[in-house]
Amino acid sequence: MNTTIRETDGRQTEQFVAPAASVIEEGDGYLLRVEMPGVNKEGLEISTEGNELTITGRRSLPTIDGALLHHESRRENFRRTFEIDPSIDVNKINARIEQGLLTLTLPKAEHVKPRKITVS
Amino acid sequence: MNLIRYQTPELTTWPALDRWSNLRDELNSLFDLPFLANNRQDLFSGWSPALDLYQNNDNLVAVVELPGMRKEDIEISLHDGTLTIAGERKSSSSNGEKAERTERYVGSFRRSISLPARVDTSKVSATYRDGILTVTLPKAEEAKPKRIDVAG
Repeated sequence: MNTTIRETDGRQTEQFVAPAASVIEEGDGYLLRVEMPGVNKEGLEISTEGNELTITGRRSLPTIDGALLHHESRRENFRRTFEIDPSIDVNKINARIEQGLLTLTLPKAEHVKPRKITVS
Repeated sequence: MNLIRYQTPELTTWPALDRWSNLRDELNSLFDLPFLANNRQDLFSGWSPALDLYQNNDNLVAVVELPGMRKEDIEISLHDGTLTIAGERKSSSSNGEKAERTERYVGSFRRSISLPARVDTSKVSATYRDGILTVTLPKAEEAKPKRIDVAG
């Protein structure tokens, strides 16, 4: 989580911080929870490429007028790439963000779910 | 300004996962300690959300990063010029969920910060949006800067 990712797009360099995340096994898939305080639906970008899932969260932080007396937060936007298991059906990934906590549901593809075969 | 960082001793998390800790320093400090002496609380730091404090002519504003809480679970109190923000993040996992890997903290936290000016406790307000808590504490009249004109 101390990782800072630098990304150069030719002209300018943007720094990102990797957000804290949890992976939970649930039912027929996984839940991925990513903490991105200050990010709402509009600032969120999720993309998959091959077996990589990239989450970018741009923060809309409250602007407060005044002198900063004590400072612990970081201003950088969030970015993190996860490697996803081949059993995940990328077309069925579902995302929602509530109070800066992103929850992604990653269901397993039909063909990898355990199946009961009845002997006829 | 006096800042107290409260650590929950019962939460034991690996120090490398605390985003404010420096792994190398933590490891080095291990060798300086008589085996896990009294520094247990520093070594195993719990959830300590990031807090910023601003001051302008009229207000003190505290901004705390608290992703994924319910606003009912956040408790804000003022006592003797100290602002305390506490709460509990409940494990949202239902039955049958099993954490494979986690970097998030679940459980209670408490942050206290001593305020540099008197505030009008009856006018304190707070908003919680996108996982960020903003507490606005209007300064007491006598704590506001006043412009004094020179007579004559």
